[in-house]
Amino acid sequence: MTSELARKRMTASAPRPDLGPLARRAALALGPVLAALVLGGLVLLVLGVNPIAYYVFVVERGLLSPTGIQATLTRMAPLLLIAASLIVAFRAGIWNLGGDGQFLLGAVVVAAAAPLLIQHLPSWAVLVVCMALGALVGAVWSVLPALLKAYQGVNEIITTLMMTFLGVSFANVLVKLAFRDPGTTVPQTRTLEVADRLPRLFETTISSGLVIGIVAILAVHVMMTRTAFGLKLRIVGANTRAAVHAGLSVPRLTVAVFAISASLAGLAGAVEILGVQGNVRADWNPAYSLTVVPLVFLARFNGPATIAFVFLFSVLSIGGESAARRMGVPNFFTLVIVGILLILLGLAEYLDQRRRAGGP
Amino acid sequence: MTDPAASSGIHPSPGMPDPLIALDHVTKRFPGVVANDQVSVAIWPGEVHVLLGENGAGKSTLVGMLSGIQQPDDGGILIEGREVSIDTPATALSLGIGTVFQHAMLVPSLTVAENMALGGKAWTRPDRQGIRRDMDKVCTDLGITIDPHARVGSLSLGEQQQVEIVRAVLRHSRVLILDEATAMLTPKGAQELGALMRRLVARGLAVIFITHKLNEAVEFGDRITVLRLGRKVGEIAPDRLRTLGSEAVTAEILRLMFGSHVVGADTGGRRRPTPTGETVLALSAIDVPDESVPVRGVDLTIRSGEILGVAGIDGNGQKQLAEAIAGQRRLGAGTIRLAGVAIETLSVADRRRLGLRYVTDDRLNEGTVGSFPIALNLVLKQVGEEPFWFRGVQRSAPIADHARRLVSEFDVRTPGVETAIGKLSGGNIQKALLARELSGEARVVIFAKPTYGLDVQNIRATRQRIRDAAERGCAVMLISTDLEEILELSDRIAVMDQGRVVGVVDNDADARSRVGALMSGAHR
Amino acid sequence: MSALFTEAFLTALILGAVTAGIPLMLAGLGEQISEKAGVLNIGIEGMMLIGAYTGFLVAYFTGSIWLGFFSGSLGGMAVASLMALFCVRLGLSQIVIGIALTLGAEGLTALLHHFQFSQSYPRLEAVESLAIPGLSALPVIGPALFDRPPIIYLAIAAVAVTAWVFRSTNLGLALQAAGDKPAALDAAGVDVIAVRTGAVLTTGLLAGLGGAFMAEVGAGIFVPFMTNGAGFIGIVLAMLARGRPLWVLLGALLFGACLSATTALQVAGVDIPTDVIQMLPFAAVLAILVVFGRRASLPPALGSHYVRGAR
Repeated sequence: MTSELARKRMTASAPRPDLGPLARRAALALGPVLAALVLGGLVLLVLGVNPIAYYVFVVERGLLSPTGIQATLTRMAPLLLIAASLIVAFRAGIWNLGGDGQFLLGAVVVAAAAPLLIQHLPSWAVLVVCMALGALVGAVWSVLPALLKAYQGVNEIITTLMMTFLGVSFANVLVKLAFRDPGTTVPQTRTLEVADRLPRLFETTISSGLVIGIVAILAVHVMMTRTAFGLKLRIVGANTRAAVHAGLSVPRLTVAVFAISASLAGLAGAVEILGVQGNVRADWNPAYSLTVVPLVFLARFNGPATIAFVFLFSVLSIGGESAARRMGVPNFFTLVIVGILLILLGLAEYLDQRRRAGGP
Repeated sequence: MTDPAASSGIHPSPGMPDPLIALDHVTKRFPGVVANDQVSVAIWPGEVHVLLGENGAGKSTLVGMLSGIQQPDDGGILIEGREVSIDTPATALSLGIGTVFQHAMLVPSLTVAENMALGGKAWTRPDRQGIRRDMDKVCTDLGITIDPHARVGSLSLGEQQQVEIVRAVLRHSRVLILDEATAMLTPKGAQELGALMRRLVARGLAVIFITHKLNEAVEFGDRITVLRLGRKVGEIAPDRLRTLGSEAVTAEILRLMFGSHVVGADTGGRRRPTPTGETVLALSAIDVPDESVPVRGVDLTIRSGEILGVAGIDGNGQKQLAEAIAGQRRLGAGTIRLAGVAIETLSVADRRRLGLRYVTDDRLNEGTVGSFPIALNLVLKQVGEEPFWFRGVQRSAPIADHARRLVSEFDVRTPGVETAIGKLSGGNIQKALLARELSGEARVVIFAKPTYGLDVQNIRATRQRIRDAAERGCAVMLISTDLEEILELSDRIAVMDQGRVVGVVDNDADARSRVGALMSGAHR
Repeated sequence: MSALFTEAFLTALILGAVTAGIPLMLAGLGEQISEKAGVLNIGIEGMMLIGAYTGFLVAYFTGSIWLGFFSGSLGGMAVASLMALFCVRLGLSQIVIGIALTLGAEGLTALLHHFQFSQSYPRLEAVESLAIPGLSALPVIGPALFDRPPIIYLAIAAVAVTAWVFRSTNLGLALQAAGDKPAALDAAGVDVIAVRTGAVLTTGLLAGLGGAFMAEVGAGIFVPFMTNGAGFIGIVLAMLARGRPLWVLLGALLFGACLSATTALQVAGVDIPTDVIQMLPFAAVLAILVVFGRRASLPPALGSHYVRGAR
């Protein structure tokens, strides 16, 4: 019975040759994006904003203007690192939704440490040490979910989310109480001078964090697709029982996944501070991680494709920030687009499976 | 065993004008497969109607259509001459068709009575007492004892089956479908089920008994319909069944099932001299902790060239023992020696390097990663090892070469080595698994239910691989719930019951009865 | 230390625990119903937020607190119906859709609130309370428990009703079967999809009501992102309560006490930064998971889509 059914299902999933795989994948990815923009446009219409004017403005400010494109490329750095963090986790079947906590704490600790270290170390050494520190802090913030998942089987969605909520408050406590800059009235950490931050690329304002992000995401991509370690993680993610059967230590690999994933999120925090912010103000929480989740899904956990989607999203959000100031449409609109996009993405996948199954 | 002709002779076939259920030229297609092709079957009350056929013959699809899980693409279903549409399981129930599925359709966390109440009006209180009264009555009639307040999860599979039968009777079913109902039962349990079926038809019910086991068909059936590759290839009516002797019936069924080339249904015991090679695998005082079936105090040895059959009803610790030997589970106590070397603390990979192999019974969920290509699945247990990886980096050429070699050597039918293994048929997945486990320096091979769910060709091929492995000098442990398979292949037979090895017998003339007795708990 | 346990402090603490705990309880109760039926409802945060927004809006414009609760529940159900459509019927990933609904609801409510009120946060009138004769005169617990808005009594009644449904009705059996072994429920002639859809919609109703309670009774205003993880705490409560509604109530009150401890401590004259207090419930959840993690049980079929005939 089992094999009979399985065979039917298999025959069912044999692809039809009508669309090339690349064209199909492109359609699957771009279809939902366009549809989400249209639906988002409807929301704008309801709010009395001209959607075409809005989108034109966003593209102009996020992509076409020189300052806009530079801001967009700079924004990509932390997003790419977070995307790399998510790719490792999701490919290994671990739902690390705690990226925001890992990111924020990495950022806060780095923001506190960098201005102190700069008094003792050369600038390049501070950058290196701080990036390592950010990664470490991120990893530490995932130890509890990792151990609970690996050895107790506690659902990591719950624990990582809890750690994020805890981390966001904890970061605030740190900024306001422990690391507060006594020289300012607003609660924030000491500031790393612009000269000591990550160097800018060529003659632009683009932070070299972009390079770190791209390298990270490509490295993760190669690791997951070309190495024995990556394959082991993928086996664990695809079929835990097969992993046990093949003699892989699932708990140890699970902990490793959390460590890598959370360090990348922590590194993202470090890069954001060292490259862009220079300090952390109280209640600062860009909440990048949850918004990068759909992008990674959209790219089907593929590194290069993720870079493209992160770029698109950065254009939207940099342009959207400008639009918030000029057109009075708050940034929350980007969240709406992301939510719609996720649902449409799921729908597209569903329809694609139906189509390939030759169903009604 | 009783003479089937005599037993069915007690129940004359009633001559009614309309059958209770008639399948009229029913066709069901799945993408790429015609599961049922113009099948016509008539079901009469007071009869045990056997649907006989191999895996893939289309029996389960027929059951699915009768029980409302699937709908026919063509043809119709008539109940007492009127055409009906059975579009949901609820419709099937209301039409008086009760189904006992191969995998029990009971909720383990609820009690027997609560399971009976399932499907009642949403806002009413389940009538536990009333159900209990009704159940007691039916149970007495049928000669079964079940505690209505026992949690279903705590019952054995045989007991769960009885619960389902009682439930079907309680719901006033006129037709009871038993789908591969003996698969999980001991020989004795199967006999009891046969007797129960007799009592059910004596009450005027129609019983549809689905099986792939020829002997059960002959023994329990009043009427036998043979299916093959989705088509009905023959029917033996009750009077014919009675006039032919059981041997003639068997021969006729074999001809119907397999065409002219009848496969050896009766190859008998092993016709090889008893192996006298050195002991390769030695288990002593093995304990395997487990929440449901802990394994205790297992001592076994297997010589080079020997096949040790491990018989027993599914779920009596066989799987736990196999996993412990393979290194997937921690031992509680005891030692495992492979050619004299203690291996109980070694990892799966190290044990494999020493020549220990384990062919799991769960080909799809444990043995392979369905979405991965065949090539990678063939090196699934060697990830990171040379020559397939060099310093941790994957080398595609050696992996592909290795895969192509094994695919041709083991006759895996696939479009290519990069095809996702999940897209292959069960038989081809099994071939790939055998290729992975039997290639290289294998010295001990554990087979867990190696032919479960395969068709005849693949069963034969797999059994030949098992024999070949032993010929080459491997020590073979053959875990199977199919007693025929064990009797056909093994040199000695160990019987497992409730986590213990309750006896080891040589595979000689009276092995069948001794193993049967041990399986049914005669030692207790 | 003993100065802490004044009557004023205790009253404030219990009062706050109930006010902050009721939305958590409603969310946890709703989640429990979904989980029992086999749907992991990550979108519950979004349902609460929409409930809070619509509840506030309607109460603000109609002046009727009850119409507010009603529309909050409807709002939650509207979000839940998306969840039911995509996850229960179409079988899309419950995690992806859950995150999507939460993000979408966060964005949408913040956006709409901005367009409606810009940067101002209009306040609702205080909700009238209903004193239960006799009991409300008791010291400490009288004002904290028995002189409260009637919706609180209703919410507590929901716990009893849920417990009764779980334990004493065929519906309860069907819910459990849908999460434990949906195929068995289907074979018994009950529509699994319908049971799960009903469960998810009920979750939306309760979560929406919880959100509306937060805005109307708890805060008296609507603030973007105001649920701040309450839905996720609800998920944890449901996980830890292992199918028992009463445990959800007790857990929710405990968390409510953590959340409201700031106010109570201020009453007692102790000043602790809000951020530290806000960490408390999450730290408590994690501590509980560390201790009881292994025993937080979930139904076997949780999270998996049911397709008839597939095994």
